[in-house]
Amino acid sequence: MSEVHSESSLAYVRETMVDQKEPPLSQTGAYRWIHENLFSGWLNVILTLGSLWFIWVVLSHLVPWAALGIWDAGSLAQCREIRNDLYGAGSDVACWAVIAERWPQLLFGFYPRDLYWRPVLAFVIFFIAIAPVLFSSLPRKALFGSMAAPFVIYWLIWGGSLWGPVAVAAGFVLGWAIMNYAGPKVGVLPAILASIVVPLLYWFFVAGPLAGALSSVVPLRLTNVESNDIGGFMLALIIGISGILLSLPLGVVLALGRQSDMFIINKCSIAFIEIIRGVPLIVWLFTASLLLNYFLPPGTNFDLMLRVIIMVTLFASAYIAEVVRGGLAALPKGQYEAADALGLDYWKSMRLIILPQALKIAIPGIVNTFIGLFKDTTLVVFIGLLDPIGLSNSIRASTEWNGIYWELFVFIGLCFFLFCFGMGRYSLYLEKKLRREHN
Amino acid sequence: MSDIATAREVDRSQMTVSDEVAIQISNMNKWYGTFHVLRDIDLTVHRGERIVIAGPSGSGKSTLIRCINRLEEHQAGTITVDGTELGSDIKNIDKIRSEVGMVFQHFNLFPHLTILENCTLAPIWVRKTPKKEAEATAMHFLEKVKIPEQAHKYPGQLSGGQQQRVAIARSLCMKPRIMLFDEPTSALDPEMIKEVLDTMVSLAEEGMTMLCVTHEMGFARQVANRVIFMDAGQIVEQNEPEAFFNNPQHERTKLFLSQILGH
Repeated sequence: MSEVHSESSLAYVRETMVDQKEPPLSQTGAYRWIHENLFSGWLNVILTLGSLWFIWVVLSHLVPWAALGIWDAGSLAQCREIRNDLYGAGSDVACWAVIAERWPQLLFGFYPRDLYWRPVLAFVIFFIAIAPVLFSSLPRKALFGSMAAPFVIYWLIWGGSLWGPVAVAAGFVLGWAIMNYAGPKVGVLPAILASIVVPLLYWFFVAGPLAGALSSVVPLRLTNVESNDIGGFMLALIIGISGILLSLPLGVVLALGRQSDMFIINKCSIAFIEIIRGVPLIVWLFTASLLLNYFLPPGTNFDLMLRVIIMVTLFASAYIAEVVRGGLAALPKGQYEAADALGLDYWKSMRLIILPQALKIAIPGIVNTFIGLFKDTTLVVFIGLLDPIGLSNSIRASTEWNGIYWELFVFIGLCFFLFCFGMGRYSLYLEKKLRREHN
Repeated sequence: MSDIATAREVDRSQMTVSDEVAIQISNMNKWYGTFHVLRDIDLTVHRGERIVIAGPSGSGKSTLIRCINRLEEHQAGTITVDGTELGSDIKNIDKIRSEVGMVFQHFNLFPHLTILENCTLAPIWVRKTPKKEAEATAMHFLEKVKIPEQAHKYPGQLSGGQQQRVAIARSLCMKPRIMLFDEPTSALDPEMIKEVLDTMVSLAEEGMTMLCVTHEMGFARQVANRVIFMDAGQIVEQNEPEAFFNNPQHERTKLFLSQILGH
């Protein structure tokens, strides 16, 4: 330091305190926000104006097209006549009449019209049953209801005797009872094996006759509806939701298998994941629809929709497995060690310590996979199932609506968007909630 | 390498070493691949002993105590804990782990569970203790480590020293007969080291069998009845603290002590 201060030049004592003042007007409120975010420099000004122009162009075409659309017409030709009368020939407006007339078909396929209440009720039950799964603030006892819901929903949609689903559900209860009551006595592994084998034997040999006997005593029946008649958005929902619910546990098991020290389990999991992931879904769907019959014993009539659900589930589970594996890998090794050091066995440490944390990390990836799975259900159109796209094709092939496409696809797109957006929002909610809880 | 010691006088009335053998390690060897980490380890720990294991980094001291509850597997020799030999039998391993408490350098609390849940998890799921009873025990030990008011917070909301005390309480909730400490204060700020050492001292005062890997030589002087010095995967020297610090025999020990106590 070359400069030398005398003592006195450094000393300073404040005599009056400064009162609080308002910030200058140019630095607050809307003015500042607009200035900073929209017009902070010449490049920013150009970008802002350009973007506004672009949005204007898109909306000025889209909004009148959608808002002025014609709702009341019997065919595309009629639609055009009305349009010519109202807005002049050649003006560009939507013909929503196709949705107004055909929406039941887009939603339900060829499900019998007088039975629409059944899938609608099933849908309502689904939402009630899923609520306690999604929101932990709801009473935990409600989860038992959620577990029973799939069987009720199955019965409502496909109809038949109530005793069929009840007999199948009893198998699960049987497995659970073996796990719960025999588990402590015979050890974990034999209990797991028994709780898989015994229900399987029960389903093969006992469930059918039992259901038959019960329904001959108390016939509780709904009119049968064949899988072939189920289509439209309902089909997409059935495949999508079943796939989502089944692929999560399977994916978690695969991820654990891939992390396992046990050689065979490890290699089998890797092989399964890589093979399923490495082949396009459409190939698997064709496998389900065409090839699977060759492998099944002759005479078995294996429902195509069920086969598709199995394939979609397997396909999604491979992706889920990799996402969950990422979550597992992100956990510090200390968490595994602390769980071990406390004497928790493998399953308990996974269930109580590792998976809750790994799944939390993996939520965005898992939901992303679910959204992908849900939209991929439209691929079933290629194997002849009547999903919304398939139905839109048949609607466009009809004489009334030949030549229409935008309106149908906008409607289908909106329906899918609603569900996918909902899932995305739920994922954000869950992430925020867990972050708040753990810090 | 600090020499922070607890301020208060240590009450030695309960610190008695019995003849009963708690841990017996005979001729134990361990390799990481071809690297020979632990060589011919022979160690007998009696009930009530407070052993401090010191040594340069990489000397195998952490690996040694991690072998005792099988977080690391040994390849030759035997380890017997409370009369149960550590083999590949998973039942024995889980039994020993539930009897032996372990405290880690980085606490390893479960961040998704509250402090109370951290403490009650193992008693409920391993010991099958009823929830009410487990919570009462947990509160008892949280009071002992002087943070009962934090019971319903999450680990992320606590300071490092508090987290480590919770980790000690969590181990104690399993009513272990032996406690292992793997550098419990190495990740802490100086201010927090003292509160953790205080907790460890009061544990020792109650007669707990303890094995501590630590660089806290003040703690070793005050509490330990034996100091073990390790280098290159073997036990180089062991002695009572007074003799160990004042009159080290082996050249390696002298060098180590001159380096950590020299300033």
